[in-house]
Amino acid sequence: MGKTIFDKIWDKHVVKIIEGGPSVLYIDKHLIHEVTSPQAFSGIEKRGAKLFRPKQIVATADHNVPTINQHLPISDQLSKFQVDTLIENCKKHGVELYGLGHPNQGIVHVIGPELGITQPGMTIVCGDSHTSTHGAFGSIAFGIGTSEVEMVFASQCVMQTKPKVMRINIEGSLQNGVVSKDIILYIIAKISASGATGYFVEYAGSAIRALSMEARMTICNMSIEMGARGGIIAPDETTYAYMKGRPFAPQGENWNKKLTDWKELYSDADAKFDFEININASDIDPMITYGTNPGMGLSVTGKVPTMDSISDPTEKQNFEKALAYMGLEAGQSLLGMPVQNVFIGSCTNSRIEDFRLVANIIKGKQKNPSVKTLIVPGSQAVAKQIKAEGLDKVFTEAGIEIRQAGCSACLGMNEDKIPAGEYCISTSNRNFEGRQGAGARTMLVSPLTAAAALLTGKITDIRTMLN
Amino acid sequence: MQSLQKIKSRFIPLRIENVDTDQIIPARFLKATTKEGFGKNLFRDWRYENDDETKPKADFVLNQKQFSGEILVAAKNFGCGSSREHAAWSIQDYGFKVVVSSFFADIFKNNALNNGVLPVTVSDAFLQAIFAEGADATLSIDLEKQIITIDSTGASESFEINAYKKTCMLNGYDDIDYLLSMKEEIEQFELNHNK
Repeated sequence: MGKTIFDKIWDKHVVKIIEGGPSVLYIDKHLIHEVTSPQAFSGIEKRGAKLFRPKQIVATADHNVPTINQHLPISDQLSKFQVDTLIENCKKHGVELYGLGHPNQGIVHVIGPELGITQPGMTIVCGDSHTSTHGAFGSIAFGIGTSEVEMVFASQCVMQTKPKVMRINIEGSLQNGVVSKDIILYIIAKISASGATGYFVEYAGSAIRALSMEARMTICNMSIEMGARGGIIAPDETTYAYMKGRPFAPQGENWNKKLTDWKELYSDADAKFDFEININASDIDPMITYGTNPGMGLSVTGKVPTMDSISDPTEKQNFEKALAYMGLEAGQSLLGMPVQNVFIGSCTNSRIEDFRLVANIIKGKQKNPSVKTLIVPGSQAVAKQIKAEGLDKVFTEAGIEIRQAGCSACLGMNEDKIPAGEYCISTSNRNFEGRQGAGARTMLVSPLTAAAALLTGKITDIRTMLN
Repeated sequence: MQSLQKIKSRFIPLRIENVDTDQIIPARFLKATTKEGFGKNLFRDWRYENDDETKPKADFVLNQKQFSGEILVAAKNFGCGSSREHAAWSIQDYGFKVVVSSFFADIFKNNALNNGVLPVTVSDAFLQAIFAEGADATLSIDLEKQIITIDSTGASESFEINAYKKTCMLNGYDDIDYLLSMKEEIEQFELNHNK
């Protein structure tokens, strides 16, 4: 019987299967950041152990850094101490660090691919659930807890139970105004915030093949939002074209050798999946979330579900709680609702292509005066590219400031927060209660739908603004 | 890691689905560099008005005096979202030894097990039967036998846990000790893997 791409990579990384238990899985690349690593470093020191393979680890500071005045000392003392702890730990243990001020600094899931660290066939982990992003390159990449960060420090391995594998096929062409973020929001709305728990998800089909690497990363990134352990897309010419020449990508003869290996990474025609879903790309509208988990999404022209559509009493109670938090009514339409904030950024949508999409919509126009903005590139390299392409001028002329790289208002760890009770149209990945600040009301959308809101100050169907 | 064999305790019923780790411990408390002291901020924004410890929200179950115990019982998809292990640390630090739900998110389940907090998955019907009990009711959990019992009615259900993790929990072993003992095997694996 044939194998799935997931099985091919997994099997090559199993050091040992513990009877009646998990597998010991070898990890090729370990990415770390300031928030989920300090307790792992102190844990390993307490055991008197050393880092087993420090050269396979790359560190950056992203979650807890300011997005203005990064050249100045961090003013929040707790944040400063956490970032300084990372610097000290990396120095002490011989880990490469791309910290604040370094040209390679940025959101960990943006810099890995951009530097060519992320490669097909690898196993990649990070103490961050959105590590699934790297699966866009045909790697097995997943988020881990801090105890597991310590395991990788100690042994370059983690203990994992092999997940089931689901394939989601998306065939056909997308409507004009619909992008990869809408695909993944559509899938999550269809199968719920827990619909893929226990699975690794392969995304396949003509609509996926037609996407750029940036767009594929957006899809894999949000796999965790339906509970999946990770997402994966088989590598192809688009992947290789993106990777070629990047600083840490294989060079010369080694590139050709690797390329031969990578071309074996696909699911065989007779591979069996534990579950399959088929989706027509043309059925997908621009999407928006109305509730407090990413599964509570609908077409931007749709209506919030009504109470009588839910039978289970606990579910009904939870639905009411979510609507009360969001300040919405069952059955209402969202189009035309005023929004006070727009956040463009996060490991989901902060890459150069996202900024090009937004710039294309706002070019020559003015931001709506009632909208406050947080526009945050994913990395120093993205920020540099924005300038090189002159996109910064488009934003400045529209009255919009571009900030410095970091996770920012996606998780509200630094000062970039949304005020209580206000709505935020956000290109990030989570609309949980308080995620963007206590009481903040998040609505997840694509960069195009966010761009429309920048101009109108309202929830808008981007399709009405396109030719 | 602390070991756990058997427990009999009252429980705190949290009838909320899709409890994400941002609710368990909001991001602003992740600036710490140690594992201690997270319990006081467990469910912070559901517990207090405007982040003010002098204003507990009367409708939140942790603030309702009639409920207490070392077992947290929550509705389905508990621990979804962010991988932050701080969620498991705060549950443990608050004093919980077991979390019962009809469905756990994967990363949270691993994080809990790695910190000596036992996640017990029960059927929807059994979960509803627990929620139907009064504040004085107790649950008994026997890890060796893999059985959870509602003591007042005697209703019981068996639960799954893999044999390796069960041994770790029963004895308080952790994975890192195991992996450190595998050093030579891993080095051997690398010789072929890095070719």
